[in-house]
Amino acid sequence: MIERIWAWLIASSSWVGPDGIGARLGEHVLFSVVVVAAAIVVGVPLGLWIGHLGRGRWLIAAANAARAVPTLGLLFALALWVGPHIPGRWAFVVPSLVALLLLAIPPVLAGTYAGVEAIDPAVRDAARAMGMSPLRVIRQVELPNAMPLVLSGVRSAMLQVVATATIAAYVGLGGLGRFLVDGLASGNYPMTAGGAILVAALALVIDAVLALAQRLLVPAGLREGGRERIASGRHTGNPATAGDPTVSPAR
Amino acid sequence: MTWFLDHWDEVITLARQHAVLAALPLAVGFLLALPLGWAARRWRTAYPILVTASGLLYTIPSLALFVLLPLVLGTRILDPLNVVVAMTIYTVALLVRTVADALGAVPEGVRSAAVALGYRAPRRFMTVELPLAVPVLVAGLRVAAVSNVSIVSVASLIGVTQLGDLLTDGYNRAIGGELITGILACLVLALLFDVTLQGLGRLLTPWVRVEQARGRPVTKGAAA
Repeated sequence: MIERIWAWLIASSSWVGPDGIGARLGEHVLFSVVVVAAAIVVGVPLGLWIGHLGRGRWLIAAANAARAVPTLGLLFALALWVGPHIPGRWAFVVPSLVALLLLAIPPVLAGTYAGVEAIDPAVRDAARAMGMSPLRVIRQVELPNAMPLVLSGVRSAMLQVVATATIAAYVGLGGLGRFLVDGLASGNYPMTAGGAILVAALALVIDAVLALAQRLLVPAGLREGGRERIASGRHTGNPATAGDPTVSPAR
Repeated sequence: MTWFLDHWDEVITLARQHAVLAALPLAVGFLLALPLGWAARRWRTAYPILVTASGLLYTIPSLALFVLLPLVLGTRILDPLNVVVAMTIYTVALLVRTVADALGAVPEGVRSAAVALGYRAPRRFMTVELPLAVPVLVAGLRVAAVSNVSIVSVASLIGVTQLGDLLTDGYNRAIGGELITGILACLVLALLFDVTLQGLGRLLTPWVRVEQARGRPVTKGAAA
């Protein structure tokens, strides 16, 4: 069986064409990056705002509670009720992307909020006492200090999106999930397992890239071995396993 | 609503199967995570290795893990064992770090006091460190439980029976009531797990309630 999976993975016929591995891999990466970028655009400003004002915390609680909704259910509900209202080939893509976005926002939002929340009030007071405007406090003090937790939120969101995009193949989204879903439907185990290996590898690579980004984007003063950590504890591992509030339970 | 009333017995059966597929791995995973977390706490070099390894395991998407496990375990693809093992892996991955951090949060003074009273390592672990770690452990278990309930529903894509079947069937046959019932049933089950674990945590830490009732930590009051 291993040889047959391997044969599928290295066959040039599996790689080329609009439904080959190359195209599917590109789709998967594209969908994931676009969705997480959109989640950052929505989640980071909102989290900064709630953390800065200390108002609207119910939104954080709601976002956390919403994670108990089964991802499969959310995906199917949107595909069933939103899909028919969208014309053409987008009918299969838009509901899935909306579902992915809804799953990606909570970890980013919760991470950003937790990052701002954890900042020593004295730091904020000092910034204000120096005459910084509220916007400057947010941009130059709160955001940099919150960066470690913002980024672990982004990492959780990305994991969630890569995993759920795989399942979204069931409702007609492209991406590597096609090989798993079509393979299962047609009893083609080599293709199913080959797709699974590719998805797992993609998830690991993307997470490694984000871990690297986390290293580069966190201000020097907050890094390991720097002064007192504002984010709780070590960041040696994957944020998904940490006890931090950005942990993304449902995949 | 009418769909649920017509099919409630079926929903209950599926919910029971779903609960087993989520709870059994939670229990087994917790028992496996205890010694691993303890080891991560005990040896400085073990911490980054164990935490990174569990992080990598958690990164693997559920559907991929479900279909790859038959290769490793030699099971058939429809075997529920694949789901149980996959969920156990996720549970361990989430809890190793929780256990290590929970044990690390036990105050050094309390540990030293136990040593001074002549408690040897195994008894100290069981009667002092583990009980004091309960609040953090329960918090980790709650995250893992909610996560498990959600992920198990994905198993309907590989033909393992549980509440996820209502989701796939509701979608495939465009029966809205069935789909909604499936989502709500998953939510209710997750809530039940959460409440049970919270209650268990309260039962196991009676001193927390005493502290709250007095409005101050007992340990500090005793020291004064």
